[in-house]
Amino acid sequence: MPKIKPPVSTPRIDMTPMVDLFALLLTFFMLTTSFRPQEASMIDSPVSISQKQAPDFNLMTIYVNKDGKLFFNIDNGRDSTTKYREQILKKMADRYEMTFTDEEYDLFGRLASFGMPIKDLKKWIHGENSQERDLLQIGMPMDSADNQLGYWVLYSRIVNPRAEVAIKGDADANYMVVKEVMDLLQDNKVNKFNLITNMQPEEVGLDDLPPER
Amino acid sequence: MAQIQSKDQGKGGKKKAKRYSTEIDMTPMVDLMCLLITFFMLTTAFAKPKVMVITMPEKDKTEEEKDKPQISAERTLNILLAGNDEVFYYKGQPKPEKPMPQLVKSDFSKDGIRRMLLDWNRDLFTQITEYREKRLTGEIIVADSTFNKTIKQMKLDDKKGPIVLIKADTAARYKDIVNIIDEMAITNIASYAVVDIGEVEVMMIQAVKAGTPLTEYPKIQVREK
Repeated sequence: MPKIKPPVSTPRIDMTPMVDLFALLLTFFMLTTSFRPQEASMIDSPVSISQKQAPDFNLMTIYVNKDGKLFFNIDNGRDSTTKYREQILKKMADRYEMTFTDEEYDLFGRLASFGMPIKDLKKWIHGENSQERDLLQIGMPMDSADNQLGYWVLYSRIVNPRAEVAIKGDADANYMVVKEVMDLLQDNKVNKFNLITNMQPEEVGLDDLPPER
Repeated sequence: MAQIQSKDQGKGGKKKAKRYSTEIDMTPMVDLMCLLITFFMLTTAFAKPKVMVITMPEKDKTEEEKDKPQISAERTLNILLAGNDEVFYYKGQPKPEKPMPQLVKSDFSKDGIRRMLLDWNRDLFTQITEYREKRLTGEIIVADSTFNKTIKQMKLDDKKGPIVLIKADTAARYKDIVNIIDEMAITNIASYAVVDIGEVEVMMIQAVKAGTPLTEYPKIQVREK
C-alpha cells in the first residue's frame, strides 16, 4: 500500500486583509499628519495640568533653551498666500540694510524656527542640510545694544497683529531670561502669554483637603 | 519579485491548459506600507502642544501709584520662589511700623505649598470641586460655556481665599514659575499675579537661608525711580 502523501504546498497566508488594514492606517496618518516642525534646540518643557491646545496658526513662538539662548518662530498664517514670514523678513532687511533675493525670501518662508544674528541669516537660509543649519543657531541677540529679537517681535506684530504669543521655555531655563522676554513682549503690547507645557494630569479632590482646624 | 504562482495539478495523461491562479504576492507591498506607516507615525506631531495661559497686568509707566488696586493685607499671600525647588511664603505685607512677617519654607510636593493653599482656599475649592463633580456625574447638565462662566463667577464672588502674589528671585528656574501657576490652577485660587520681587523680600530670603531670619524691617535706601 502506498503511503499517503500529505499534499505538498508552501504555507501561504492571505495578505489581503493585512494590506487593507495597512492601507487604511497609511491613509489615516497621511491625512492627519502635520509634520513636526524642526526645532532649533532641544527644549524640555515643564509639566502642568493645562489642557488647552496651542493654536495651529497665527502663533509667534519664542523658545528659551536651557542655556538661556533665544529662538524665534512665526508661521505663515492659515492662508499660505499671506506669506507673513516673507513680509517680516522684508521689514527686517530694510531695518538692517540687507538685501535678499526672491529665492531667499521664498526659502525663508518655508523654514521654521531660527535664532541667530541677522548677519548669519543668509548662511542659514542657504544651509545645505539640517546639521549645517543647526551650527548657525547660536541664539538671537536681545541685549540693549542690539535688540534683534525686539525687532523681530515688533515687525511680527505689525505684519500679523492677530498672532498669539507662545513661550516655550526649558524647565531649567533661568526665569530671569524668560522674564526679560516677557518684558520685551509687554513693551510690544502683548499681555497674554501661552506658556507651552507638557500635560500631566493631576487629580485633586475633596479628599485631599487638609483636616479643618 | 512579484510572481504569479501556478498551481500544477500533476495529473498525467490528458494535457490540460495550464491554469494560472491570479494570486499576487503581497509581501513587498506590505513591506512598503509598513515602512511608510512607520515614517508617518514618527514624523507626525500627534500630540499638539498644550499651553498654559497667563495674562500679565499691563505695563503702563504713566499710571500713578495711587491708582493701583489696594489689596487687604490679611488676604495677601506672598510666595517667593528661591530656586532649587525652594519656596517660601508669608502672609501680609512687610511694613516698617509693623512686626516683620516670618517666612515659612515649603516645597512643590503634595504636602508642601498645596496643602497650605487648599487649607486657605477651602471654601472656594469645595464649591468648585462639588460643582465639577455634579456635572461629571450628570446631576446637572450645562454647556461648557455656562460651566466656565459659573466657575468664573464663583471666583469673582470669593471673599475669603488668598490673593497670591508670586515673586521670583533671580535664582528661580522657569519650571518653578510654571509649577506655582499650576498649583494656582489645581487649588482654584481666584486671584493671583506674577509680580517683581522687592528688595526687602530678597533680604528676607537671604536672612532665612543664612539661618538668621529678620526680626525687624531692614534699612534700605529708597531708590528714586
